[in-house]
Amino acid sequence: MADGTPVDPVNSVFGKPTYGQNVGQPKKVEMPKGLWVKCPSCGEMLYKQELSANLMVCRKCTHHFPMTARERIASLVDDGTFEEFDPALVPVNALGFKTSSKDYVDYVKSQQEKTGMNEGVIAGTGTMDGAPLSLAVMDFSFIGGSMGSVVGEKITRAIERATARKLPVVVVCASGGARMQEGLFSLMQMAKTSAALHRHGQARLPFISVLTHPTMAGVMASFATLGDLIIAEPKALIGFAGARVIKETTQQDLPKGFQTSEFLLDRGLIDIVAPRPILKATLANALRYMTAGGTAATKTSSPTETPAS
Amino acid sequence: MSAQKNRLLPLEFEKPIVELENMLTDLHKRASDNDIDLSADISSLQGRIAEERSRIYSSLTPWQRVQIVRHTNRPFSLDFLKLIASDYTELSGDRLHANDKALIGGFATIDGRRVMVVAHQKGRDTKEKLMRNFGCPNPEGYRKALRLMRLASKFNLPVVALIDTPGAFPGVASEERHVAEAIAVNIREMFGLEVPVIAAILGEGGSGGALGIGVADRVLIMENAYYSVISPEGCAAILWKDRAHAPRAAEALKMTSPDLIKLGLVDEVIPEPAGGAHHDWVTSAEALKAALIRNLDELGALSPDALMDGRYAKFRAYGRFQELTGQGGAETLDVPVATEVAVV
Ligand SMILES: [Zn+2]
Repeated sequence: MADGTPVDPVNSVFGKPTYGQNVGQPKKVEMPKGLWVKCPSCGEMLYKQELSANLMVCRKCTHHFPMTARERIASLVDDGTFEEFDPALVPVNALGFKTSSKDYVDYVKSQQEKTGMNEGVIAGTGTMDGAPLSLAVMDFSFIGGSMGSVVGEKITRAIERATARKLPVVVVCASGGARMQEGLFSLMQMAKTSAALHRHGQARLPFISVLTHPTMAGVMASFATLGDLIIAEPKALIGFAGARVIKETTQQDLPKGFQTSEFLLDRGLIDIVAPRPILKATLANALRYMTAGGTAATKTSSPTETPAS
Repeated sequence: MSAQKNRLLPLEFEKPIVELENMLTDLHKRASDNDIDLSADISSLQGRIAEERSRIYSSLTPWQRVQIVRHTNRPFSLDFLKLIASDYTELSGDRLHANDKALIGGFATIDGRRVMVVAHQKGRDTKEKLMRNFGCPNPEGYRKALRLMRLASKFNLPVVALIDTPGAFPGVASEERHVAEAIAVNIREMFGLEVPVIAAILGEGGSGGALGIGVADRVLIMENAYYSVISPEGCAAILWKDRAHAPRAAEALKMTSPDLIKLGLVDEVIPEPAGGAHHDWVTSAEALKAALIRNLDELGALSPDALMDGRYAKFRAYGRFQELTGQGGAETLDVPVATEVAVV
């Protein structure tokens, strides 16, 4: 991929998916205790270092393990090009929300200590196969990737930054939905992010939404489904209402594979299901179509050729 | 008891009032049956009833308000429209799949002002409830609403969105036709409407299902209505592992009109008669009508660009957080830094 040759996405008629490929090297991967991890899908014992070098994809069954936002960024952005923005935004307890056991702010603090992140999204700019973009990556390990004021603000700023600099936006989603501890402020983040996307779209700039396991509820009912393209990782859980709620409400059996990437590809929501090893190439290829239009139909593999203006 | 036949089904917290009212009926009956003068007792009891009413209704808890807006005699969107609009011409269908009856819309004339209405609609009796799907729209409802709002923008008709839904419908078919996408597209596209948009939360403002027609230049809320990121039952089930804690959740979510106006998340509270709109539809409708007219007239003076810029700025400003200072630039977040978090 170093030469910029696009790899065909999994459902392209021209190519077959290539699993197990090593795209990008996350540099510093934290190693908690234990060198081995058992694949929850096939039971294979995987050497952690090898697993992370393989983008957290099981080499035996291609099960996609969750990725931290930092690992994800390292896997998508060209080495050394990521510049983070707004890392200092932190939540406040706008509603004075507390359960019997915990004040919301104390809960947030414990999550910050656990994850080493200030909030559940990391945003910034960088290049992807040499092309600049604005990127926001959600991290499910921080309160289930839930969207409160900070997550909404950082994603909105990432979109507005892209509009100002005429850049594409990619948002990698992983979220259980809106964060209820921030009440209606959280719901309003759906409107805020969508407003920013409205302007970004008016400027004819591309937005690609990447859905990873899991992407649900409030995030799905805002930016996650507003991509010019919607690309999903395989077998991710994706939907609006939770399966349990649907079952209880309708007393209906759920169809096989309900609310998975493949189910939604079949039902027409998702453009491409892209396994993680080809995600970067899939995004970069699509963005070339969407940023250069038809005018630069030169061989992208020849970086010496300059596109016709 | 025949005297109660036409009375509204009382809510749990209204029972003390009902008991006193029953005593009053009894007194009246005894007075006339035995032809004795009980006027002193009657007037003292009436005084107690008035006191009890104002005691209960002036300090409604969030959960009591939720019960009020879920009362089957609460006026629904069409009830309000009958009282505030001289014409309502319903328009149907999303041109894609179906005509959703839980989210309706059409041309309406309010005090001589022509507008486009989009509105959640609930049902009153069992048959009607099923027909209206309990006010829970499928994707078709949102797509129809978008079609009508775009039509309004094209023909320069202000949009009036009447919100009253527990939420978008959680069903298999709803998911298969991508209700989340339908809501998201509405939210985004409402920022591009070139006409005034007023949203009024009449009863239940249930999460994304409400916001799907809720992006507006002015967001009004009826006094007892709620607007929330999640239903109190849903929140209770997650945080307290028991739906029975819904009253606590309703409190914690700050979802009622007094809380939301304080938080700056709604623009105006429309007063309701004591005890809630179901006690007096006409007075409630008059208050709604007056608020709509006033806001329509104020917004009518603005250009399309001013409207859209104002709408953007309004929703852009929502959010409370802290920006820590003295932080290094990128990639310096190995240590959690939120040691002192203040409410801003
Ligand atoms: Zn495996």
